[in-house]
Amino acid sequence: MDKFIRLTAKACSLDLPNVNTDQILPARFLKVPRSAELAHLLFYDLRRDADGVEEPDFPLNRPICQDAQILIAGRNFAGGSSREAAVYALYEAGIRCVIAPSFGDIFAENAVKNGLLAAVLSEDQVFELGAAIAAESARLITVDLEQQAVICGNRTFDFSIDPVSRNQLLNGWDDVDLTESYKDKIAAFKATDRTRRPWVIPTG
Amino acid sequence: MSKPQTLIEKLWSAHEIARREDGAALLWVDRHYVHEGSFHAFAQMRARGRAVVEPRLTFAVADHYVPTRGRDRPIADPAIAAMVEKLEANTAANDISLFGLHDPRQGIVHVVGPEQGLTLPGLLIVCGDSHTSTHGAFGAYAFGIGASEVAHVLMTQTLWQKKPRLMRINVRGKTIEGVAAKDIALAVIARVGANGAQGHAIEFAGRAITALSMEGRMTLCNMSIEAGGRCGAIAPDATTFAYLKDRPFAPKGSAFNEARETWAALRSEDDAAFDREVTLDADAIAPIVTWGTTPDDALPIDGNAPDPAGESDPVRARYVRDALDYMAIAPGKKLTEIMIDRVFIGSCTNARIEDLRAAAAVLSGRVSKVPGLVSPGSSLVKRQAEGEGLDRIFRAAGLEWAESGCSMCVGINGDIVPPGERCASTTNRNFRGRQGPGARTHLMSPAMVAAAAVSGHLADVRPLLAGRSV
Repeated sequence: MDKFIRLTAKACSLDLPNVNTDQILPARFLKVPRSAELAHLLFYDLRRDADGVEEPDFPLNRPICQDAQILIAGRNFAGGSSREAAVYALYEAGIRCVIAPSFGDIFAENAVKNGLLAAVLSEDQVFELGAAIAAESARLITVDLEQQAVICGNRTFDFSIDPVSRNQLLNGWDDVDLTESYKDKIAAFKATDRTRRPWVIPTG
Repeated sequence: MSKPQTLIEKLWSAHEIARREDGAALLWVDRHYVHEGSFHAFAQMRARGRAVVEPRLTFAVADHYVPTRGRDRPIADPAIAAMVEKLEANTAANDISLFGLHDPRQGIVHVVGPEQGLTLPGLLIVCGDSHTSTHGAFGAYAFGIGASEVAHVLMTQTLWQKKPRLMRINVRGKTIEGVAAKDIALAVIARVGANGAQGHAIEFAGRAITALSMEGRMTLCNMSIEAGGRCGAIAPDATTFAYLKDRPFAPKGSAFNEARETWAALRSEDDAAFDREVTLDADAIAPIVTWGTTPDDALPIDGNAPDPAGESDPVRARYVRDALDYMAIAPGKKLTEIMIDRVFIGSCTNARIEDLRAAAAVLSGRVSKVPGLVSPGSSLVKRQAEGEGLDRIFRAAGLEWAESGCSMCVGINGDIVPPGERCASTTNRNFRGRQGPGARTHLMSPAMVAAAAVSGHLADVRPLLAGRSV
């Protein structure tokens, strides 16, 4: 897994609350394997009209948001379905960090597993950050995970993230490899559990 | 004396293998349900050259992409057929039991698991689907996971998790007639908010909860995720044990009795502490419908759609305006004046036998004014409903009686609400485009969907129940 330590990149503000995973990647595209094609399908129905033509007003369609790697989103970003392909679509489109007042729990987990940072700022801070970016011609901001800070011009916003996710992103840990090192404990648990809860094994 | 534990804490500690310094715990997984969406996870596993470590604890169901009509013919869309075939190939290659397209036990994974007695109290259950919270109705710790976590469970039968905060939702007293578990769920979500339970495991408690059947409890726990909750759970009791007895995969005889003793202890101690408690009065809950594009946009049927002009918060006003615009509802419109184009009765939320009975009780002897689709929660529910003659009631009302699957809840098998059409639906998400691009969804209970069908508009089911036994 890619580490996330510090990123300076262009930010794009998606000023909408409750953008759920059905909006990030509509269900009809869930058949698509992980590939560059997902970048094209990101926010498909928000980004395009009924004929598939790009809406010029949608933030990510604006020239000023070209090559943005940081997305600033509204409250309850990516709630809903557990589809990890929502993270793949963001990642394939070049997004490495999403900043929002709150995230769907499953999305936040999926993001960490793919090296994408989901950083939490308060609703007021997200609003201020959006305004600060609009004032910066280059729209470049820095997200520093070690310091848990978003830096925009002369403004610094301290963000929150749980220590487990922070640890995993900073180290780029691979869960499966990590779990491998607990092999003996798992075997011991399983042996004890079979006598403690024999009814767990399906009978059929 | 040790600290009094909550139900969730008891479930958690029974599965904890190890804990890291940063607080992450490695948990043992008792049941892993997979469906067609697992193809990413199997690909990840193959890329590592690994195998499924506990195929006996892994069960697969074909539900998301299966056709609900014409099962005697090959699936017409090759991309959809490929999804069903991939599940067949991945499960066969890994010795995993599959309730496949033509298995008489096929259905929606969150209906099939409990129906088969695979879901039991005290288990830790995961599935790559957010509505896995359904299984918490049995006093299991059950939650949805993403593809990387599915791959991790396939390869290790464990999962790294952060301990959730604890929320108890108490629903006191007794519900009034015409109010179903779905109405309780929508009332809870409206109160807590669509992200109000984020980071929390929810325990539902109170007289109105214990009075629910297992079907009702599953509907409620299913919708926990729509309040943002990590999972929902209800302490198992006599209702739970009666449901489980003699289910195909449940323990039998003395093993069942021994298990029941363990299960009976799965309850929050009297003095156990929660991070947050929310209390609702059951008798204040009326039949509810959603008007907007998130499940917390839920109001009693006798109310009016909101008016952005009446919102003091400009962000909220903009949200309301956008949602009403998408839904094509005039600000302040009476909810019972909203005309519908079709109905859908189905999904892991509301397609169990009790749900079909509730809808049929309203539809019996009446005709739907709009077309509609009924997709039972499982093939066994379908057969049971046919045994009770419910299929004849749906057909006589003009609705289509179909096979079981996720169907029009998510639309990926091709069952969609056409663009711009408005659907009264027993499903769980009224998100933009959820039932198909441009589709407009109103969530409600099965009886309320039936009431909308016979009225042609959103309607209060209560007057339609007069003189009928439900």
